[in-house]
Amino acid sequence: MNGNDFTFVLDGENIPFEPGQTIMEAATQAGVYIPHLCYHEEYRPRGSCKLCTVKINGHFGTACTMPVQPGMQVDNDTDELTAMRRRVVQMLFVEGNHYCPFCEKSGNCQLQAVAYHVGMQDSHYPHFYPLRNVDASHPDMLLDRDRCIQCELCVRASRETDGKAVFGLSGRGTRTQLVVNSESGLLGDSDFSITDFAARICPTGALIPKREGYPLPIGARLYDAKDIARVGHRQPSSKAAGEK
Amino acid sequence: MQAINYRRINQILDEHRRNPLQLVQILIAIQNEYGGCTDPLRNYVAKALDVPLAQVHGVVEFYHFLSTERLGDYRIYVSDNITDRMLGNEKIMATLLEKLGVTRGKPRADGRVFVDYTSCTGLCDQGPALLVNGRPITRLTTGLAAEIASKIEVGEPIATWPAGWFQVEEALRVAGPVLAERSEPGRALQAALALGPERFLKEIDRSGLRGRGGAGFRTALKWRVCRDAPGKAHYVVCNADEGEPGTFKDRTLLTRFADEVFEGMTLGAYVIGAEKGFLYLRAEYAWLYPHLVAVLARRRAEHLLGEHILGRNFSFDIDIHLGAGAYVAGEESALIESLEGKRAVPRTRPPYTATHGYLNQPTICNNVETYVKTALIARHGADWFLESGTRHSPGTKLLSVSGDVARPGIYEYPFGVSVQTILDSCGATDTQAVQVGGPSGTCITPIEFARAISFEDLSTGGSFMVFNRSRDMLAVVQNFTHFFAGESCGFCSPCRIGTQLLRQSIDKIMAGHATARELADIAETAQCIKDMSHCGLGQTAANPLLDTIKRMRPLYESRLTSLDFVPGFDLDGALAISRELSKRDDAAAHLGQRCDEHGCTINAAKAGEGT
Ligand SMILES: Cc1cc2nc3c(=O)[nH]c(=O)nc-3n(C[C@H](O)[C@H](O)[C@H](O)COP(=O)(O)O)c2cc1C
Ligand code: SF4
Ligand code: SF4
Ligand code: SF4
Ligand code: FES
Ligand code: FES
Repeated sequence: MNGNDFTFVLDGENIPFEPGQTIMEAATQAGVYIPHLCYHEEYRPRGSCKLCTVKINGHFGTACTMPVQPGMQVDNDTDELTAMRRRVVQMLFVEGNHYCPFCEKSGNCQLQAVAYHVGMQDSHYPHFYPLRNVDASHPDMLLDRDRCIQCELCVRASRETDGKAVFGLSGRGTRTQLVVNSESGLLGDSDFSITDFAARICPTGALIPKREGYPLPIGARLYDAKDIARVGHRQPSSKAAGEK
Repeated sequence: MQAINYRRINQILDEHRRNPLQLVQILIAIQNEYGGCTDPLRNYVAKALDVPLAQVHGVVEFYHFLSTERLGDYRIYVSDNITDRMLGNEKIMATLLEKLGVTRGKPRADGRVFVDYTSCTGLCDQGPALLVNGRPITRLTTGLAAEIASKIEVGEPIATWPAGWFQVEEALRVAGPVLAERSEPGRALQAALALGPERFLKEIDRSGLRGRGGAGFRTALKWRVCRDAPGKAHYVVCNADEGEPGTFKDRTLLTRFADEVFEGMTLGAYVIGAEKGFLYLRAEYAWLYPHLVAVLARRRAEHLLGEHILGRNFSFDIDIHLGAGAYVAGEESALIESLEGKRAVPRTRPPYTATHGYLNQPTICNNVETYVKTALIARHGADWFLESGTRHSPGTKLLSVSGDVARPGIYEYPFGVSVQTILDSCGATDTQAVQVGGPSGTCITPIEFARAISFEDLSTGGSFMVFNRSRDMLAVVQNFTHFFAGESCGFCSPCRIGTQLLRQSIDKIMAGHATARELADIAETAQCIKDMSHCGLGQTAANPLLDTIKRMRPLYESRLTSLDFVPGFDLDGALAISRELSKRDDAAAHLGQRCDEHGCTINAAKAGEGT
């Protein structure tokens, strides 16, 4: 290998990359799916959900934050990693209150889709049944913290794309929760608007438009029939949002 | 209820130049003044600093000693490390709650007093201990607790309480080069200035000095990378967060050897070319603040700090930043977030602190003891330093010895000392286990007491807790596991959720409801948390469980239920809230669970005769 060889090895395949790219960016460009929840190509990676954990030269690390080096050996699609990712997804499920069968996001939810992808059959861990506040104060949006996985995508979108900083995280440990930037702490009293990019970015049903439930029947929704690895995350892009 | 005096708030804001980087410091001052950062105060601060209200709220809710409600005139935190437990802190807590008529963790209705537990306060050698409005009272007895309660009932200001109550003892038991001599301020600095920065750095390199905070990173390498990194300014940070339960050697260094600490920081500044340094002092040591400020002032007067140090073209000064109660803030990138006025959440690496630290500028962050060692090396040279310790761990290490020993306190030994040697010298008898390096370290049993304290064998930031055979080691594991669950910052999912799962598991084991299969499950979950967590906290949170399952399996087996399946959902436990609301605890208010397979009743013991 010489200094100009910009390739690395992902699951045994040689993959080209551009200097400065993360493993996630290079893999996505090459059409390889690495499960993720808190990553969005428009924002600085946060690296908190840990779903994109891969094995890099024998050590675990997150694909969304780790820059590629020439010759790096990365394992992604292995039984070991799938089992570990399954456990993390199960943890996310028991930490909140998720009721997929009647959730408006069901079938379009990335948490649920990733759970299918990693072969989650049950919750494995005892449910925490936390008491969390629902905020229905906004005329157009519902904030249901029961379904929030604290990925901070709405926080980043509001701050960086909408220039508003409507959201933030508060508390610590398992009491960490999404808070809203208004004196009452209510979304209805903030300057949040349904046309914000942050209104469209939530991977789960935590931040969801009102009066739009179930437009498609079960079976016809995005991830009902196709694995997220094939469909992709279908994350909205702020540029497309700006055009319409 | 105290009315808010906005002139005083403005004064606090002005003292911190209304700088958002000072948000944590401002909120600490407000908490001390008003006993809480209530809605109007948070709103006022957010507007004055022009930061989002959600950010102010986020900071207040993150740190243990900040609160969104007003807690009271007197805020008492009883230290709850396992060593405090062993010395009877539960009785102290019970006395305080009873005499004061308060519920733990809830402000008293008249706004007078608040009492709660907190993690280790770094007074393990003289526990049980508590902090009242930040001031320590050690060696508590129930009698003393009752006296404290009566002072509070009559509203006597803390300033007039007996001064003897607040004495903290520094017990130096075995001295090495650090503890044996106090050097004249400035000597190390003169020696380094005579060598010049490059030759002095080479000397540190040759000494093989490794960081004393626990990880053992080569100090010279860190300093060199930082010095060579481009930036608008370089910074020196001293990590005095000392949060690992059972560690208190930095407390001793800051009390008795503050000059050496500041001198070491100044040496670091000289090498990397910094003009500004911070000492990050954990909230539990805020009572050392006046002393440290006085030492800094004296050093400025002696031209050892400030402009033109020792008449050279070298300027450097040090600010003390307080923590507000967060173990994770000891992690160096989280510490820097906290220095910048934010929630102490560890950053994503790369990039590392050495190149992107405070304000994203090159920064060295070292432990208190590491800086003291650099000052020693400046004075005596690398060859001298290399004479003690082992090949890969040169020099000496300060150990904080506590638990079941005759002589708790500070012991300085060369690296390579065996656990048994320390046990003999501190007067430990009938020892069952030693926790080396705190909850995140290693738990060893007598067959391993020949092992050595060193980075290549038993690595430790300084905590050394001893347990004799009368102790229930699973209660120790439970205390540590609860500690991690309470201190997880919540940033990453495996640690945020996983540490709660571990807490539930050990509680279930202690209650006698766990099965053999669950023991295997714990190991698997623990491995996931270790491998996938973002920082050292999550990566080590399962150590107490894993170490003891490996070394003391029979202890666990004796507590397992004979059933091979117990449902994760505890029907009887779920009724706890209803019982509390209906104020009932009779047998009929409990439920046994019937498992369909063979019709056995589960949780029957707790459900009493009712099933
Ligand atoms: C959760 C956590 C807590 C830590 N707490 C401390 C601490 O209280 N004091 C300390 O010196 N290092 C602590 N560290 C280690 C620091 O991150 C860092 O390695 C150290 O300050 C480097 O200094 P050194 O090289 O001089 O040891 C902690 C690390 C973690 C992961
Ligand atoms: S947010 Fe997703 S995972 Fe949660 S209930 Fe809705 S569909 Fe299920
Ligand atoms: S509301 Fe949605 S986008 Fe925001 S943190 Fe929660 S899960 Fe993420
Ligand atoms: S491992 Fe724990 S403490 Fe560290 S970043 Fe993750 S949640 Fe925070
Ligand atoms: S996608 Fe990488 S950590 Fe969440
Ligand atoms: S274990 Fe299920 S009925 Fe006995």
